Amino acid sequence: MLVNKIEMSERLREKLSILADAAKYDVSCSSSGSDRKNTNKGVGNGHQSGICHTYTEDGRCVSLLKILLTNHCIFDCAYCVSRKSNDIERAAFTVDEVVELTMNFYRRNYIEGLFLSSGIFKNADFTMERLLRVVKKLRLEQNYNGYIHLKTIPGANDDLIKEAGLYADRMSINLEMPTESGLKLLAPEKSHQDVIKPLDFVQQQIVQFKDERKLIKSVPKFVPAGQSTQMVIGATPETDKEIMHTAAAFYKNFSLRRVYYSGYIPISNDTRMPILGTQPPLLRENRLYQTDWLMRFYGFNVHELLNDANPHLDIDIDPKLSWALRNLQHFPIDINTAPYRLILRVPGIGVTSAQKIVQARKFGKLHIYQLKNIGVSYNRAKHFIRCEDTPFQLKDYQATQIKAFILAESQSKYLKTDNNQLILF
Amino acid sequence: MMYLFDGSFEGLLTAVFEWFERKPGMVLLKVEKTFQPDAFTPVFKVCNDRIKADRVWNGLQKKLDKNWIRKFWCAYLSENVDIFNSMFQFTCYIFKHENGVERNYGNEHVLSISKMATKVEREKHRMEAFIRFQHTADGIFYCGIDPDFNVLPLILNHFKNRYADQQWIIYDLKRHYGLYYDLHKVEEMTMDLTHKNLNQSLPHQLNAKEELYANLWKDYFKSTNIVARKNTKLHVKHVPKRYWKYLTEKFD
Repeated sequence: MLVNKIEMSERLREKLSILADAAKYDVSCSSSGSDRKNTNKGVGNGHQSGICHTYTEDGRCVSLLKILLTNHCIFDCAYCVSRKSNDIERAAFTVDEVVELTMNFYRRNYIEGLFLSSGIFKNADFTMERLLRVVKKLRLEQNYNGYIHLKTIPGANDDLIKEAGLYADRMSINLEMPTESGLKLLAPEKSHQDVIKPLDFVQQQIVQFKDERKLIKSVPKFVPAGQSTQMVIGATPETDKEIMHTAAAFYKNFSLRRVYYSGYIPISNDTRMPILGTQPPLLRENRLYQTDWLMRFYGFNVHELLNDANPHLDIDIDPKLSWALRNLQHFPIDINTAPYRLILRVPGIGVTSAQKIVQARKFGKLHIYQLKNIGVSYNRAKHFIRCEDTPFQLKDYQATQIKAFILAESQSKYLKTDNNQLILF
Repeated sequence: MMYLFDGSFEGLLTAVFEWFERKPGMVLLKVEKTFQPDAFTPVFKVCNDRIKADRVWNGLQKKLDKNWIRKFWCAYLSENVDIFNSMFQFTCYIFKHENGVERNYGNEHVLSISKMATKVEREKHRMEAFIRFQHTADGIFYCGIDPDFNVLPLILNHFKNRYADQQWIIYDLKRHYGLYYDLHKVEEMTMDLTHKNLNQSLPHQLNAKEELYANLWKDYFKSTNIVARKNTKLHVKHVPKRYWKYLTEKFD
């Protein structure tokens, strides 16, 4: 009996290692945006801003127990470790095992919730039905109100997807490649249309449920934390412009909460993609996220940042500084009079500082030392602003000169690690 | 001139009342215990007075919105001697001016309270993230902590709402008190602890399954890491080394 128990727990550890390893390339980890309450004294609740319970050694946050139900898959997508033709160990959790793991991790405050994805076994409906069983068991039998991020399986029956949406906090489907041609190259069986149809369906349901809730309070929540998607960067030769324009369109058309960009990590000797041992494009990924933030929080339009004249983001400076240097005609702006949306566009001033500035200037003109105390990165911002005691300056500097000043003062955190990208220049 | 008080919230508020009664001009507020007298500065000792403190507290609640009241309370929980003085100056500043001056981030006391509140909220958030319960043999989920600031009052509601169907104890080893939830309400408690180590319980004190789940969690932590993206600097930035002693996944 005891031996049997030890064997079982060994097998569980093995499965967890395999299926967590296979799920880790999905970068979404967010646990925010859901305010699900802990009703009838169960366990768990949503946290509006999310909680990262730990961070892996690669610096990514661990908020959810991120696992595949199984890594058996009928598809053969070149960019995926779980592809059919790949010779790896396969495993599958039972529904109960996932429920047990989630509950026991959650009760110990290890995690904020469950992120459940799966390889496609048999067909889409069969897979979706299995995922649905896990979330139903958690919600209905275990009284679990913590966060659940569930993958929508493209091609699954609408009824299954709709039912899953009643229990999940967030649902997502990965776009995988930023362009249709890229996807066709690496996964001929798939198309963007497969992703768009269910994304659109879930979005319509979200809107519909929200409208009904306004009238009848007892209407249940439907995917309260919204939808997200992910693109693999650097496996196929798209430009930054193509990537971000696709992202902008998806934000707009499907009200996505997040688009994730995942730098491709070579996993095979497939000649269509970067060879094994190539460094993942971490710096590029970082620049794409910065652009994403500028679009979502700083009021930038994607066309201002990336267009036909500038199809690629600068590697050596961030996209906000890069935009400012291309548009020096807007600067310098006066911190004490300029509107909020212009202050937000100054390199070196973030959202929090900008808000503090517009509050504080009502009480008197702001000086340099006050800006520094508020948290403005003054050495960067000083080229673009005027405040009460800005020294008088006769000479107007060129964009290239300002760039040189700023680069001379700052040390890129990527310089040491990412040599093979910078050698190009 | 210097005002001395005993470090309590009540004392701090009473000090404000005393200042307005006497209007002695520029005053520094110091804590009695750590105070070093000098030869020339006159000293006034504040005696705690519930009624005076309540009047100041009620007045403050009328002047400030809920967010600012919370910032003020958080700043107090930092237990920082210098911030007590800032809170004193800030309160006087608020009462001397029209409504809304708390938004003047150009004022040093407004900014320092705001900054300190951010630090305390960060520590509170870290405790919500880094607490790792151990399931004990008697069925209670236990965790010992030693946070930089006195954040137990701030995390109480979070854990009460979240873990409503399990008994738990969160114990502040540095400040020698803890919270105990008995499935109905949360109570303050003190324990006689013989061992000072965080979360280093003896096997017989733990639930039979505790080791299995701790191991599964360690396995998960390893498997979800992508070696090709190793970034130790970022890792340590997010999980500073002083918190590693909390984390099950960091135990060998």
